[in-house]
Amino acid sequence: MSNPRSVFFVRKEFISARQAPASTIGVLGWIRNNLFSTPFNSLLTVALGGLGVWLIWGALDWLIFNAVWAGGNEACKVNPEGACWTFISTRFDQFVYGFYEKPERWRVDLILLVLFTGIFWSGWERAPARKWVGGFMLIPFPLIAWVVLYGGIFGLPVVETSQWGGFTLTLVVSLIGIIVSLPLGILLALGRRSKMPIIHSTCLFFIEFWRGVPLITVLFMAAYVLPLFFPAGLNFDQLLRALIGFALFAAAYMAEVVRGGLQSLNKGQYEAADSLGLSYWKSMRLIILPQALKAVIPGIVNTFIGLFKDTTLVLIIGLLDLLGMVHAAIADPNWSIRSVPTTGYAFVAITFFIFCYGMSRYSRFVEEKLNTGHKR
Amino acid sequence: MKKLFLSCLSIALLGGIAIAGGHEKGTLSAVKSKGHIQCGVSQGLPGFSNPDDQGNWSGLDVDFCRAMSAAVFGDADKVKYTPLSARARFEALRSGEIDVLARNTTWTMQRDATLGLEFVGVNYYDGQGFMVRKTLGVNSAMELDGASACTNTGTTTELNLTDFFRANGMQFELVAFERADEVVAAYDAGRCDVYTTDRSGLAAQRTKLSNPNDHKVLPEIISKEPLGPVVRQDDPQWADLARWTLNAMINAEEMGIDSSNVDSKRSDSNPAVKRLMGTEGDLHEAIGVNNDWAYNIVKQVGNYGEVYERHVGANTPLQLGRGGTVNDLWTNGGLIYAPPVR
Repeated sequence: MSNPRSVFFVRKEFISARQAPASTIGVLGWIRNNLFSTPFNSLLTVALGGLGVWLIWGALDWLIFNAVWAGGNEACKVNPEGACWTFISTRFDQFVYGFYEKPERWRVDLILLVLFTGIFWSGWERAPARKWVGGFMLIPFPLIAWVVLYGGIFGLPVVETSQWGGFTLTLVVSLIGIIVSLPLGILLALGRRSKMPIIHSTCLFFIEFWRGVPLITVLFMAAYVLPLFFPAGLNFDQLLRALIGFALFAAAYMAEVVRGGLQSLNKGQYEAADSLGLSYWKSMRLIILPQALKAVIPGIVNTFIGLFKDTTLVLIIGLLDLLGMVHAAIADPNWSIRSVPTTGYAFVAITFFIFCYGMSRYSRFVEEKLNTGHKR
Repeated sequence: MKKLFLSCLSIALLGGIAIAGGHEKGTLSAVKSKGHIQCGVSQGLPGFSNPDDQGNWSGLDVDFCRAMSAAVFGDADKVKYTPLSARARFEALRSGEIDVLARNTTWTMQRDATLGLEFVGVNYYDGQGFMVRKTLGVNSAMELDGASACTNTGTTTELNLTDFFRANGMQFELVAFERADEVVAAYDAGRCDVYTTDRSGLAAQRTKLSNPNDHKVLPEIISKEPLGPVVRQDDPQWADLARWTLNAMINAEEMGIDSSNVDSKRSDSNPAVKRLMGTEGDLHEAIGVNNDWAYNIVKQVGNYGEVYERHVGANTPLQLGRGGTVNDLWTNGGLIYAPPVR
């Protein structure tokens, strides 16, 4: 017998791991495990997938491939089976500016430019003088914007608020609502938790009152019923009345969101602030509110988004926001074509989605930036 | 402290009463001092008031406001528009937010008698009608027993429909939607046999159907909808001005005066024409305008017939031919009639 050792085989190293079977890994494996694991699942996948493709294809076909992009109403009459984007482009100015006087529209452009620059500037972390820009956007900017849009000083002709409309109006109403409602809501929330009975009950009454009445009623009252109580000759702007109603309404909701944040804080935080000898306002500003507000950012942004969408209700008081403008434009008999109303609504939906989604992304960004380890 | 508060309160109350006591200068002088007429229109009704491609309001109702502006200012463009929902229109007028309401408003006894408002005339006679597919083989609304009808929710249209079917002992199924666009889409998709709304609305929505020629409008009109401008009841002079603006447009058409020949008609020798053109008499003073008020209306806006043809007539997308309908001049067998200017 020869050397038995030469017969026996002793493996000295591990076999390198083989690839798992192609059907269990990667995309294919995932599909197999999740979508085609049983015959019933396979059937569901095929059916739903088919439905999805069919729907998406139909939407894309209508929105893009088969759409009319130029040529005015005649072109849309010829092809009513696709979106009529030429309707939007013909009236784009109307949808943005409403009935704002044409030679004065640069004022709207200027304000929009400053607004978006300001938002990005104060949002971008490495930008110089960020806090100053943020502060400017919060307090002086809305006032300046109102003055510039309304005119009447610096030789700017007055453009009455009844001429404002379209997307400009949507932005004005929502921004004023947002900017006023947050600080007011914080004060109301603090007031509601106050131990002083008058402040407590006033805030409580205020919040419950505004939460208890429908927004449509508030706007209707502000627009048409309040003037009946005013003495003749005294009349202040209709949009301003509506804005006040809007802001107070939003503030009541905001107050409850903020109160949720205040209650989520451990009692120890309040006691710690007290034990440091901080005054009420200092402890709120330095200890309580920074934590409470951070905890309820999603709720705050939720209220903002709701507010943004509620702006379409100004239709009630005879002001045409973006939706109202599209609404009115659809009625033009020259555009009485089957595809026009749907195109108009699609345009409004897309615009609103872009802005609401933008707000929600911005809130995520702020949340992550402020996430300093208290996340539960 | 309490005393101070009470005295402040009483001063405020007295002040309020004093100011409220010095109420109401006339609408006309208020309009003149602010430099424009605030006109309440619809939030978009084809042919009556809708923004055009340039962003200007246009339509039959809009032209009524422009005519008033021409009469007051000699310039038809001194009008600002407030687009109003059906719900808000009367409140807006009563609160003084608008000076005149030209918003396809049906003149009814209840509105005229109980709301403190005054209808100054009729600028369009509308009425509820039916549209069906030609393939249904129906020639009269009386053959619609058992049909399903598409219409708007919560409007008088719905009530008229119910009244009509009940009065004639017929059954029907109501398919109601919130907005006109939805109604027409549902009818087009075959959800119902009949589409019912005002005749002018049927005409406007018809062009949105896939094959407009496959449909026809039945001859029956089941409701009276006389549409007209409205003003507040507390200012007779302003109401007269509105009423005679409309009457001037109708009289001008009757006398054959239109925007192209109005300059030559100013030197016409016919006394009726002279009175309307203001070259004779001083009736204009009673309604507080210059003697060329009617001239300005016809020159800048047109007579009633011109306005009708421009916005809803046979050559517009609405194609509401005027001949032989109630909206023709009384001399042609219609109902458009105005008292004389004398």
